[in-house]
Formats: sequence, C-alpha cells, structure tokens
Amino acid sequence: MSVLEVKNLDVRFATQDGEVHAVKNANFTIAEGECLGVVGESGSGKSQLFMAALGLLSSNGHATGSVKFRGQEILNIPTRQLNKLRGTKITMIFQDPLTSLTPHLTIGTQLIESLRIVHRISQQEAGKRARAALDLVRIPEAAQRMRQYPHELSGGMRQRVMIAMATVSGPDLLIADEPTTALDVTVQAEILDILRDLKRELKSSIVMISHDMGVIAGIAEDVQVMRYGEIVETGEVDEIFRAPKHPYTRMLLDAMPRIDSIKRELSPAAPISQSTLLNVDDLKVYFPIKRRGLFAGTKPLRAVDGVSLQLRPGETLGVVGESGCGKSTLARAILKLAPITGGSVVWCGRDLGPMQESAVRALRKEFQIVFQDPLASLDPRMTIGQSIAEPLKTLRPDLPRSDITAQVREMMGHVGLDPNWINRYPHEFSGGQNQRVGIARAMIVRPKLVICDEAVSALDVSIQAQIIDLIVKLQKEFGMSLIFISHDLSVVRQISHRVMVLYLGRVVEIADRDAIYEDPRHPYTRALISAVPIPDPALERSRKRLRLTGDLPSPLDTRAALTFLKSKVIDDPDAEQYKPRLMEIAPGHFVAEYDAIT
Amino acid sequence: MTLLRTSPQNAETMTEAVGVRGRSLWVDARRRLFRNKASVISMIVLGIITLMAIFAPLLSPYAYDYIDYSVISCSPDWWPDKTVMCNAGGAHIFGTDSVGRDLFVRVLYGARVSLAVGLVATLVSLLIGVAYGATAGFIGGRLDEVMMRFVDVLYSLPFIFFVIILMVVFDRNFILLFVAIGAVEWLTMARIVRGQTLSIKQKEFIEAARAGGVTRFNIIRRHIIPNVVGPVIVYVTLTIPSVILAESFLSFLGLGIQEPLTSWGVLISEGANKMETAPWMLVFPAVFMAVTLFCFNFIGDGLRDALDPKDR
Repeated sequence: MSVLEVKNLDVRFATQDGEVHAVKNANFTIAEGECLGVVGESGSGKSQLFMAALGLLSSNGHATGSVKFRGQEILNIPTRQLNKLRGTKITMIFQDPLTSLTPHLTIGTQLIESLRIVHRISQQEAGKRARAALDLVRIPEAAQRMRQYPHELSGGMRQRVMIAMATVSGPDLLIADEPTTALDVTVQAEILDILRDLKRELKSSIVMISHDMGVIAGIAEDVQVMRYGEIVETGEVDEIFRAPKHPYTRMLLDAMPRIDSIKRELSPAAPISQSTLLNVDDLKVYFPIKRRGLFAGTKPLRAVDGVSLQLRPGETLGVVGESGCGKSTLARAILKLAPITGGSVVWCGRDLGPMQESAVRALRKEFQIVFQDPLASLDPRMTIGQSIAEPLKTLRPDLPRSDITAQVREMMGHVGLDPNWINRYPHEFSGGQNQRVGIARAMIVRPKLVICDEAVSALDVSIQAQIIDLIVKLQKEFGMSLIFISHDLSVVRQISHRVMVLYLGRVVEIADRDAIYEDPRHPYTRALISAVPIPDPALERSRKRLRLTGDLPSPLDTRAALTFLKSKVIDDPDAEQYKPRLMEIAPGHFVAEYDAIT
Repeated sequence: MTLLRTSPQNAETMTEAVGVRGRSLWVDARRRLFRNKASVISMIVLGIITLMAIFAPLLSPYAYDYIDYSVISCSPDWWPDKTVMCNAGGAHIFGTDSVGRDLFVRVLYGARVSLAVGLVATLVSLLIGVAYGATAGFIGGRLDEVMMRFVDVLYSLPFIFFVIILMVVFDRNFILLFVAIGAVEWLTMARIVRGQTLSIKQKEFIEAARAGGVTRFNIIRRHIIPNVVGPVIVYVTLTIPSVILAESFLSFLGLGIQEPLTSWGVLISEGANKMETAPWMLVFPAVFMAVTLFCFNFIGDGLRDALDPKDR
C-alpha cells in the first residue's frame, strides 16, 4: 500500500493582487520506503504542495482535492486529528534549522519533551532514546550536546538535531524541504550521507524537496519536476536524468553547472608575461573581537591571514571556500572597503594600503563589485536608472547629464535590460533582473576589474546560467579581469581561468582550473570537490568520497588553520602558529603544506 | 514571493507610465501624493485654516483684544441651547469669551501662534534631529558615542527647568518659545534616525555606493535620509500635536504666550474651565485644533506612502 496518495490537489492563495494558483492538480503516490525527489525553481509550488498536505498552509491559503496517508484522508481535517500524525508518523525538516528549534531550551529538553508527549514514556527512557537518535545522526559526544542550546551548535549540527527529532519516533514519511540549501558543501555531503543511511535503516519513505538536481540525483529513486505549480514530469531517477522528456527538465539539466565538465568557451586571458593588474602580497585583515569580561581586551579574528595572488588583464580568478573562510573579506580588502591589517594590495603599480580614501576614489572607476543579494544591493528608493548612473556621476563628474543617461541606456542594453525601464524600482523586478542591474552598475564605468561576490548564488539554476553567460559575454566585449567568489565549485569551474581555494583565511591551493579540478592535491580541496553533488545518478552512486569529519573550527582559535598540518601545531589557542608554505608542485600549481593522510 | 512582486498586470501599468526621461523619487512621490485623496483634502483644509489665520483682521469686525463688557460669556446667535445666560448677537459668530472678546477672531489669532509653533519647532527638530542622528549613526564609533551621550545629557534636563533658565538668561520673548520646544523635541528624533541609520548602514547598497566612490556626505544625503523617511514622517506627525500642547502648557505656567495674545492651547484650557456654562468656548478652538491635527496626520500618512516606491 502506498504511504501517501495525492489526488487532484489544488492550492490557491488569496492575495491583494488576486488569486495565486500555487499548485495545479497534483497527482502522485509515494510507495513504502521510497525516496521521492521533488525538483523545481523558486515559486514552482514544490514546498506549498507538501505544506498543504500537512495542513501547514498560511491562513490565506486554501487546498482542495484529496491527500490520503495510508488510506486515511488527511487534507483539511481538524488540527487535533492531524497532530496525531504530524511529528510522529509524518515529520518534516526545514531549510533553516535555527528557526525551527526553540532558542531558549536545550536540544536535549526539546527532544525528550516531544518523545514524552508522543510515547508517554519516562524521563530516563526518553533520554536514552534521544541519545540514541543523536548517535544515529552521528553527532559526536551526544550526551554533552544535549545540554547545549541551539545557538551553540553550528548549522550542520543543528540540521542533524532536526533530523534526529524528525526520525526519533520512526516516521513512515519524512519530508525534507531543502534541508541542505543553507549549508556548506562538505556539510551538505555529510547530511546527505546521513539521510541515505537513515533511509536504509529506518525504511521510512522520504520526500526530498530541492532546487539542486545534484542533490536529487544522489538520493532519490523517483523524481518529480515542478514548474509554475504543475508537475511537468515524473519518472525514475535514471530515466529523468538520462532521457528527460519535458523541455523544462532538459533546460534545468542543461542549465545546471557540472563540476565534471565545462560548457562555456572563455575568452583567453592575457599572457603571463604581460604586467600584472593586481598584485596582492601577504594580505592580512584582522577584526578585533571582544573577549568575555569587563577589561579583557580584544582578540584578533584572522579573517584573511596572509593571502597572496596576482591577476593578469582579462583573466578570471575563481575563489572558493566555505562560509567563514574569508573570501568576502578578501574581496572587500582588495577594494579597500575593509581595513587592511598587513601586507599590500598593489593596483597597477600603486599600493592601495596606505592611500587616503580620497585618493582611492580616483581609482574606483577601475575596480567594481557585484554583490550576492540582488535586491539588498540596490537602494529601494532609487530607480534602477539612478542606481546604474550613480558610480558614473560620482566618478566621472565631468560628464554632462545627457551623456550619463545615454551611457546608462547603452549599458542596460548590454546586460539585457530594456532601456525604457530606467524609471522602475528594484522591487518591480525579479532576482535575475536585479542582478543584471547590479552588473550594469559595476560595468558602467568600464572597470578593469570586477569582483563578483557570490553574484549568482542567490539565483535559480536557469537564471544563474543566464547571468554566468552574461558575465562571460561582457568579459569578451570589455576585456575586464574578474575575481569570481563563490562557494559553488561547479559554477567556479564554468567561468574561471584559475582557481584559488581558501581555508580559514589562508590559500591552500591555487592552480589552473583543469589542474585543480582534475588533479587536486590538498586534502581540503579534494574533500570539497568530492562533496559537490553531480546531476548524474549513476555517477553519484559510484563516486568515491573523501569526507571531512566534524565542524569547521572556530577562526578565533589559531590552531584551526593548521587542521591539515597537525604535526606543526602548538597547543595553545592564542599562540602564533606555524605558517604552511605554498609549494609549487607543477608550473602554476601551488599547494600548501599538509600532513599525508594515513 | 517573487511571484507576487512582479505580477504581469503591475508590469503593464508601469510600462504605460514610463517616459523617456529619468524620474527621481521626489517627482514620483509628488505624483503619488496628489493621487491620495485624503492628503489632498487635508492640504486644502489646512491651507484654508492657514489663510484664515493670516487674514484674520480682515475676516472679523472685532479686534482680538477689544473688550466689550456688555457681552461677557455670550453664546453665538445660532447656538441651539437657548437656556444660556445671554446672546452675543451681531457679528460674534463664535460667541464671546469671559471678558467679552470675540471668540472667532481669537481662535484665528490662536491659530497663528499654534501653527507657527507647531511647524517651526517641528521643522527645527526635524532638521537638527535628522542631520545629527544620521551623522552619528553612519560615522559611528567614538563620534557616535560622544554625540549620543550629549543627547542623553540633554534628555536628563527637566524640560521646565530648562525653559526657566532660558527665560532668565534671555528674557521672555516669542522666539524663545520655538527655541525651547525645538531644543527638546529634536532629541527623540535624533535617536530614532540614528537607530534607523544603524540598520540601513549594514545593507549592501551602502557598500555598493562606497564601491562606487560616493562620499560619506552624499551617502547620507542620497541613501540614508530617503530610507529613514518612513519612521521620521510618522514621528513628525506625532510631534506637531505634542509641540502645540507643550506650548499651551508653557503658556499656562506664564512662560509662553501672554494675554491678550492667545493660542489654541490657552483657549482650550480657558474653555475647559467654562465647559458647563459656556461650552462654545471649548468647542470652537477644540474643533479647529482637532481638524488641524487630523490634517497633519493624513498628510503625514500620504507623504510616507508617497515616498515608498513599493506603494503604487
């Protein structure tokens, strides 16, 4: 018998702009022990479909049709009856584990409380089961962790706690809504491993909702593709990935950047012999962090700790690393938007470090930045025309107004925006269009260097592909250099000539892109690359993985940077530690020293 | 949901309105403000009251300080309650006060003082408060500490004590009233603006402006101030009535407006004393004041909505 049977499910929302039909006539069943992957871009209704099934729609939502759980109708039944199923037989994991855990209770209390309510068992018994559940999701030192509060745990640990809570009562159906989207790749890989193991051990059915085809390929048996509230294609995972029938599925698969192949032609970078555009030498950015206590003083947070790099005209340098590795701080220091603690940033022969802001301002038309969040990086009270014109107005005060307008319109054409939209406001546009505005704003002064700080990370896969195409096209037209910062290694591979891997403020490996992806040397690089999911189920099943265990250590602890060179560690969190040197193992391929893995 | 933000109908209506030339927030705001019926009506009513206040001597045959002992505390001719003591008759359309002065002309003279105090003191507090708060919040660090501690010190001075000292030092006059009230009201404004600035400062578009070489002064002017406008306008509409009330309080203590000049606050407090025997002495100034405050509130709401581009 099927675990969940959905028939003719429609979900509608009454909004001020009229009715929104979020899910249109959904029909599917989930078999015992099956893992169903649900793929779609934002706004496709993939989350609302299951929220509706569990009676979790917001108050302006309305669901019709039929949802049967083990033959029993559960759509629109009273909350009291639904609560007998929710949390025990059907459980859910959400994207952001911090908002799903109660902040003022320890995780042990929360686990035990839910167990006791559901199973009416003693405190001791519940405690034992809770510990076992935490062990199952591979939380080290589970007994100790139970006494901690949610904010004391890292994102990955919190998500494990959520999984433990969702699985502790042995549910028949586990719905995971983008459970790894907010996590770093290596942590994502671990969470996916845990889910795969749980599927084997608990024999629960799992619904995996994700925008990432790679994640789905690695875990699902059946796949369902959604667009605009409709299920456009359903099928077995191998079939969908090998021979997608619906054009939308094909488009999604094509748009998905793959770490194991390259789809785009890059413009050739200038030869090495040519003068370097940017020379960063031993750059350090430390932020003072207050210690606990009244007169305890501060302790430096080493966000960027001795990074050197050179950039040639027309070249793209990809910078990858996980959250907290200092990649955004590096970008801001190069642009002199963050204070430089030590080292030098030499731009076309001039050292930016000691320069006054007024002197740097004269150079700002040569280097620009594109930000991650397209909406947040535009002033909501400025028309996009004004936003694009702003750098031109301040950096080229000699230009007459009509020239500025003409240039804005021209640049809007270059980035694929209708020049007649100059009077619109950012909130009228989609994320992809706003990112085009951000790119136009950066390109309007014809800079020699554009830094893209996670410029495509907040966008849907298909939009992401368009923006990457746009950036590559602009580079061909204008010949600027790029520093492309991203946590997504697949994207970086599509766009970079060279790739640099950062770990806690230090470079661990830097090489030409093919060298680094095909012959990674440093264990961290190898772990990162093997953690990236590939949208190919057969390949995903056969891949060998190199896993890092545990959390990313605190950057405040100086020992942390030597995770891969434990033999040189001085056992004092404040001590000045050994600095691993970069070794040139092949021409242009540098690797930081590391201990051989035994 | 992105889906909702960019619904196709909205996009279409905007396309029609798109002109060739670039528009600014202020041009858009003016267009939106004039489309808001409540605001437009309020502006008209407020304009009429202001004009009446300015041309008060032409509108009434009586002078504001002319005392007629034959009509003390008399109701207007048309007053429905005929049991009152006397009837002012003639041109006393609002009746007379307790010393026989024409109430209509006094309400209009009161409007002069109250509107002037309300607008000038609020404007002063707005200018100082916004500039001060935005500067402290945006530059931050030690300067912020010093500037905000100075605000705290001023806050801790008792208002009346402060006014009395001013009176003693500078002698009593009308201008001092603005100074005293303005000097107190800007403190809260500075705090509100600083708080808003701190949160806006963190936004990426400020960093984008810095990367675009925009100077600190221009960041505050072009990015910070337009974005704090919402809470500021709401606070301004709350400040105007509190300023008008503060003025009547000072006048009541003998520190503000002196007889025979008057203000709405003074008229209302006098009227409140005679409420049972001569209700018109309370009703007319109170109605004028209430209507004025309503108008300010509607204009404030209209401005706030007009300056928010998300509201179309």
